[in-house]
Amino acid sequence: MATSVTATQTKWWNGGKSPFNLEYGKVMMWYFLMSDAFTFGAFLISYGTVRFSSNSWPDANHVFNAFPLAHGINLPLAFVSLMTFILIISSVTMVLAVHAGHNGDKKGVVKWIFWTIIGGLAFLSCQAWEWTHLHEEGAWWGSNPFPNANGTVASTNFSNFFFTITGFHGFHVFSGVIINIIMLIMAQKGVFDRKGHYLMIEKAGLYWHFVDLVWVFVFLCFYLI
Amino acid sequence: MEHQQALLPEVTFQHHTSDEDFKKRVRKTTIILSVITLIELAIGLTIYTMHKGEHPNAFLVLAFKGIVCILTLAKAYYIVSVFMHLGDEIRNMIMTIVVPLMLFIWFIAAFLIDGNSYKNLRNDYDPHYKQQTTETKAKPAEEPEHKSGKE
Repeated sequence: MATSVTATQTKWWNGGKSPFNLEYGKVMMWYFLMSDAFTFGAFLISYGTVRFSSNSWPDANHVFNAFPLAHGINLPLAFVSLMTFILIISSVTMVLAVHAGHNGDKKGVVKWIFWTIIGGLAFLSCQAWEWTHLHEEGAWWGSNPFPNANGTVASTNFSNFFFTITGFHGFHVFSGVIINIIMLIMAQKGVFDRKGHYLMIEKAGLYWHFVDLVWVFVFLCFYLI
Repeated sequence: MEHQQALLPEVTFQHHTSDEDFKKRVRKTTIILSVITLIELAIGLTIYTMHKGEHPNAFLVLAFKGIVCILTLAKAYYIVSVFMHLGDEIRNMIMTIVVPLMLFIWFIAAFLIDGNSYKNLRNDYDPHYKQQTTETKAKPAEEPEHKSGKE
């Protein structure tokens, strides 16, 4: 099929077809993700505003320097890199699941969705450990034991933003895992085979990649800069 | 594929990537994302060691942070364009997503400048606040009030 010729010669806005050349549900998933991007954007930008309005701010490398089973060892950025890689790899397995769906390969879909779920659960476990660790150090909403980088006493802004934003992201990961589990069950039961297409997997995939995308920015804003 | 066409009448044509091309592309993108993340980590650790020094070069720290931001945008581009297949969609679809996101340019600039301005105003007109947040000596006076959860 000469797709490039079709793309340029088709009158997209004449009606009778999708001007976006996509099925309705997928377009709506994109619009949902766009609005969700603004929600996360608003959170991160308000964090930025407060940080820009402060004379000093806690140094992330001194706050996030712990690693499970490595007590008292200073390992800045180590644990969060692990979390980042877990999410990248689970994004890759999701791409493979979507591609298997394209080919109508039920076994492939089930296998790759399963690994994506494992990746999501691994990420959530890491986050649970990190939250527990910070909580033990005395950080929570409304309490921040970490001093500012210049040695002054810090306000609670740092921990409030950290727990709110990573919590909101973690909730997205959690719902993504639930959605993927539902997809796994539906694929296993042959629902998509009966429908004749695996578009649901593609929509779940879009959501999952978006969660990874948001993490890229959370990683940047809280851990790197 | 013909079967799928009939099920989705609003879709004019379907993309089809061969397994070989697909594998190559996914492998390439995964490597790019991992390498960018490793570079980001290296820069993050560089900033960390710079902060440990007595007088970190403020400009250099800022430059490194800027580089990390640009690398993050590159990662975002690869995730959206390849993993979410937006790069393969027709121009109408790309534009309906990308154009509204332009709002972020104003959103980020306006609010960060606003925060910075608030900081400057407070430092100018509230000497107590400035002293409290920039001089470490002010700390002992604050200690009794400060409630720390640390044991």
